[in-house]
This record gives sequence, structure tokens and C-alpha cells, in this order.
Amino acid sequence: MKLHEYQAKEVLANYGIPVPEGRVTYFPDDAWMVSMELGLPVVLKAQVLTGGRGKAGGVRIARTSDEVREIAQELFGKKLVTKQTGPEGVVIRKLLVEKAADIEREIYFSIVVDRTTSRPTVIASKRGGMSIEEVAEKYPEDIIKIPIDPVTGFLPYQIRRLKYDLGLMAQEKEAAKIFSALYKVFVEKDCSLLELNPLVVTKTGHLLAVDAKMDVDDNALFRRKEIAKMRDLTEADPDELEARFSGLNFIKLQGNIGCMVNGAGLAMTTMDIIKLAGGEPANFLDVGGEATPETIAKGFEIITRDPKVKAIFINIFGGIVRCDKVANGILQALKKVEVKIPVVIRLTGMNREEGMEILKKSGLKFYVANDLKEAAKMVSELANSSEKSVVEAKKVETKQQNEKKEK
Amino acid sequence: MAVCVYRTSRVLVQGITGKEGSYHAKACKDYGTKIVAGVTPGKGGQEVDGIPVFNTVEEAVKETHPNVSLIFVPPPFAADAILEAVGSGIKTIVCITEGIPVLDMVKVKRVIEKEGVTLIGPNCPGIITPGATKIGIMPGHIFTRGSIGIMSRSGTLLYETADQITRAGLGQSTCVGIGGDPIVGTDYIFWLKKFEEDPETEAMMIVGEIGGNAEEKAAEFIKSGAIKKPVFAFIAGRTAPPGRRMGHAGAIIMGKSGTAESKYQALREAGVHVIENPGIIGETIAKVLKEKAII
Repeated sequence: MKLHEYQAKEVLANYGIPVPEGRVTYFPDDAWMVSMELGLPVVLKAQVLTGGRGKAGGVRIARTSDEVREIAQELFGKKLVTKQTGPEGVVIRKLLVEKAADIEREIYFSIVVDRTTSRPTVIASKRGGMSIEEVAEKYPEDIIKIPIDPVTGFLPYQIRRLKYDLGLMAQEKEAAKIFSALYKVFVEKDCSLLELNPLVVTKTGHLLAVDAKMDVDDNALFRRKEIAKMRDLTEADPDELEARFSGLNFIKLQGNIGCMVNGAGLAMTTMDIIKLAGGEPANFLDVGGEATPETIAKGFEIITRDPKVKAIFINIFGGIVRCDKVANGILQALKKVEVKIPVVIRLTGMNREEGMEILKKSGLKFYVANDLKEAAKMVSELANSSEKSVVEAKKVETKQQNEKKEK
Repeated sequence: MAVCVYRTSRVLVQGITGKEGSYHAKACKDYGTKIVAGVTPGKGGQEVDGIPVFNTVEEAVKETHPNVSLIFVPPPFAADAILEAVGSGIKTIVCITEGIPVLDMVKVKRVIEKEGVTLIGPNCPGIITPGATKIGIMPGHIFTRGSIGIMSRSGTLLYETADQITRAGLGQSTCVGIGGDPIVGTDYIFWLKKFEEDPETEAMMIVGEIGGNAEEKAAEFIKSGAIKKPVFAFIAGRTAPPGRRMGHAGAIIMGKSGTAESKYQALREAGVHVIENPGIIGETIAKVLKEKAII
């Protein structure tokens, strides 16, 4: 789960980590009032759950009262398109207004769980302000990596080393306190990422967390209720949310073939093989180990809501969930949800024959495939030919209209 | 011969009185696995399908001498269950549980490394040596005794691969689900070594997916010359959008790392037979092995 910057800063402040004075606002007037309270200049920062805000124009400095009004007016309700959002962008609904810091220099600091070493790892650099990928590419020698033993924690000698490497001798005590507090936050909030970029040294010689990014492990939210409460659902895709409430794992994509699969790995593979067969997947959907009539019906409902979808591919490998049960589930689901587009079904594994027999007897029209390759080819052809027929129907229509006009 | 688990393996099931635990303990037993005991705190003295249940692993070990533990404990308590098994001297642990907090696994990983314990999973279907023993949740009937060793991060994809291999007229020596989480007990390298040593295994199949760099590491290891037997590989998630978790907690492309392309490239450079079309995994393996006159 991603936290907004203002939420992350609230958490940091509770651990005694210095953050700029500021407040989150919901309306332009609100932003202006806060700026007057804080005193100019201020920084206006779009609170959206995506990276690359600065480069996309979502972080702006305002030096005068008029500037605050102008920028706030412009940013509220604006669609921010960053390299991470895709062309559809994300609407700015909240602005964090902060007192602008007097920056002497910028530092990069983060903690992640390194999958290779299975250890929390501190990554830092005296080159803050730019992305760490960029630093890694241009100045690899300036990146400090400190793996932390989960039993002993972030040790004093490791913190000392970090201070020397980052040139923080003048901030000695302050830096030690902040670094150890950051590790404490990481552990006590079950973070998967805690990133300050930049952590700055101010002109008065103090450390200040000017930006903060915090991702919390979804698997740990059961014991981090204070964090779970912060979840912002306004940016989530409504279909994805609905699926989640029903225990389905759904991710929307751009294509025209709806997929319903059991198991995450097989669901990804289904998308891949559709693409290889010349089709385009419309979604990732893992119905999970249960695949009940209810979950299948919900799957149909969400998939067919997308008008782009021209065919559906159901790919089930019966293991714990048996094929005959899935077949019955499909029939029951189709009583609840009307599906007008072609459905290709591939059932295999436990009780395959029984499942196929149930589908055959139902009298409903399905396209049945024997294996993955055949199914992918079938569904891609169905989707593409229906696209073609739509295009051709349109052509005929315009031709007729043109003829009418000519007459 | 088999890899890691044997016909003689004595299995303890932790979380045996739960819905999943009791169902699969019975399914494993029916397959021929020696399930010797179960553990659920507070349920000691009961029986599940004739299997005695104990309150603690220590007690179960003392009474029934298991050497493998199969874990179905819910996520908040699963890390503790793994460590309980380690604490009682069990050296091979299979954890099925999905959804264990990553920082719990960080601690578990440190302990199992120190104690020399083999942890399969978490978030995995388990391990099977067809015809001998099944320690996990996979449908036993799709597997056939044979010479291909399979290691997979995904459950259903392991089944798909094994099924294709069976239908191509081949079989499997041992199949293992290494787990779909960011931190798992074993990596591909561990299994590549095991399969290389196993006389019954003639070729190996890596079923990978996007996220992390386990496949790249495996490629590096193979490239070093440590593996002489043929290795095949498929990577799921070529069409997955970056930055999104594709079901498994570990299946996510971060920035430029963890893509299917980078994994394919590394594997190809290591001389692995890369199979990019998941529809022809079985037939490709059969064809290549025939050409090499291995089968």
C-alpha cells in the first residue's frame, strides 16, 4: 500500500524526524490560507500516488500571494500525467502546502528489502534530488549500500560510517538520531520502501526530510491498522476495487480479450499466449483457488462491463478446484449475467471429462479448446474477426450514408 | 532416488485441523505420503483421519519422529510456525501459506540460513516426486514418474508445465514450487544443484516469472559451467504492465528490473533452451531431448 507524501510525513514527525511545516489542503482557498499562515515562499505539492510528480509539474514553488492562488487554481482538478501514470494520468485532489526550505545541499536516503540478500538495506548517496537510478548510472561510486541484520538492527558503527560518507560531521548527533529513527519507522510500520529524496541540509545546518515516500507491505496491514486506515481509494480503479472486495485479483489492461484464470502464474501466462496468438488481453484476472459460481459471475460482470471486450477466455487448471465444479459454476454464473460475446473455455486437470460433459449438455454455445495453444488462437481469431466485422459494418454504414448524400 | 523428499520421508502437518490442512493431509496420505502427525495448538489429543494431533511440534517430534514439516498455518502465525519447526530440529520445511509479512520472512530467512534448514515456499504448492511422495497441495494425478525436474515460482503454472510434459510422453523426477513471495527459502540455484546430482533427472525446467532477479542469478550459475544437464526455461509475465503486482507479491516489475526480456536474455546467454511460447513447453522439451538423443 502506497502512502501519500503528507501521510508519510505525519508518520515521520511522530518519530521525531524533522519535516517541513505544512498542511494538506483540499481547495484553492484553503491552500492560500495555509500559505499565509506559514509565510512565503511556500511549495505546493500534488498529493497523488505516483512517482515523477516534480517532472510532470506537480511540485511548484510560490513566492507571492497571487502566485499561490494561480498555482493552486491550476493544480486542483488537473490531470497529472507522469511517466508512471500512463496517458490517462491522475487527477489532483489534494495539495500539500509547505514552507519552502533553505537548501544547502541534498542527500538521498532509502531503506528497502533487498530480495537478493533477504535483508533490509539502507541505500544512500550525497547526490540527492535526482532519481537513484540516474545516480546509479552516472555516479555508481557515490552509492552507499548497507545491509542490515534483522536481529541486531541498524548498528551504531553502520550509522557512523553513513555519516562520514555523506559528510554529515557537523550534524553528528542529529544525523544519528534521524537515521536510527528511520530504521525504526521501517520496521515498526512494516515498510517495503521508505525513501527520502531529498533529505536536505538546510542553510542553518540542520537536516530536514523535504520529500518522503512510504510503501507498506500489504501482507502486514492486519497488524498496522493505523496505516491501513490511511488508504486512499479515490485513485483506485473502481472495477479493480470491486473485484478485490469479491476476493478476485483483477488488473485492467488495454486489449479486447477478457481473461478468467485460476492462479496468478497461469493468469500471466494466459495474457502472454494471447499476445503471441495475435490478440490483446483486456485484463489480468485470477479467480483464486475457489472459483465458486459467485466469483465466476462477478468475473463475467466486471469483464463484460468493458465495451472494448470482444471475446472471453476462461482458462482453468483443475487442481484443488475440480473442473466439474467450475463448469457448473460457469453455467450458474451465466444465468445471473448475460454474456453476448463469444466465450472460449479450456478446462484441464482434475475431472476434466466431467466438466466438458456438463458444458456440452447445457445447450449453451461455447468454444471449447483442448489446450492452451489452441484456445489462445481461437479466442484471438474470434476477437479480431468481431473487430473486423464492426469496422466493416461501419464501412458499409458510411458507404450507404455517402450514397444517400450523393442521391 | 528423488530430490529432497523421499518415499520414506516422515511428514508432520502444522495447522492440520484447519480446512486446508485437514483436506490436504488426507490427500497427501492417499497419494502414499507418510503423514505421521499433526500440530494445532489447543487441539492436542484429537485425530484427523487417523493422524494424531499434538499441541506443539516438540511433542510431535518426540512421539512420532517426523523429518519434514508441511505448514498450513494462517499468515499472522506462519513465521512462528516455521521457526517452531526449526526449533524442534526439523530440517526440511514446506510452507504453503500465502500472505506472510515480508519482514517476518526476513527474520525466518536469517534463522534457516544459520541452521541449515531447507525451506520450500512460502506461498507455494509444495514438492512432489511422482509415484513416491507428495508433500503439498498439487493434484497428484497429472504427474508421471520420469526424468524432468521442474522448479516453479507459480503453482498452477507448475501444473500446466508438468501436464504438458506428461502429455508429450515424458515424466517428472521431482517438481517443486519455490514460492511466489519476494523472500522464499530456496532459489533456483539450490534446485539446479540438486537436480544435477540426481541420477534420475536428465533435464530441468525453470518456470519463472517477472520480478526480482532469481532467474538472472540462475543464469549466471549455469553459465559458470556448474550444470551439465540440459536446462529449459519459460518466464511468465511478458505482457504485464510495470509497477503492478501480478497476483503474487513477488511478481512486479520495478523500473527496468525484473522484466521477462532481461530474464530471457540472461538465460539465453547461459545456454538455456528458452521456450517463449507457453503452449509448446512439453513438445519442445521432447523434441530437443530427442535431437540430443537423451531420450
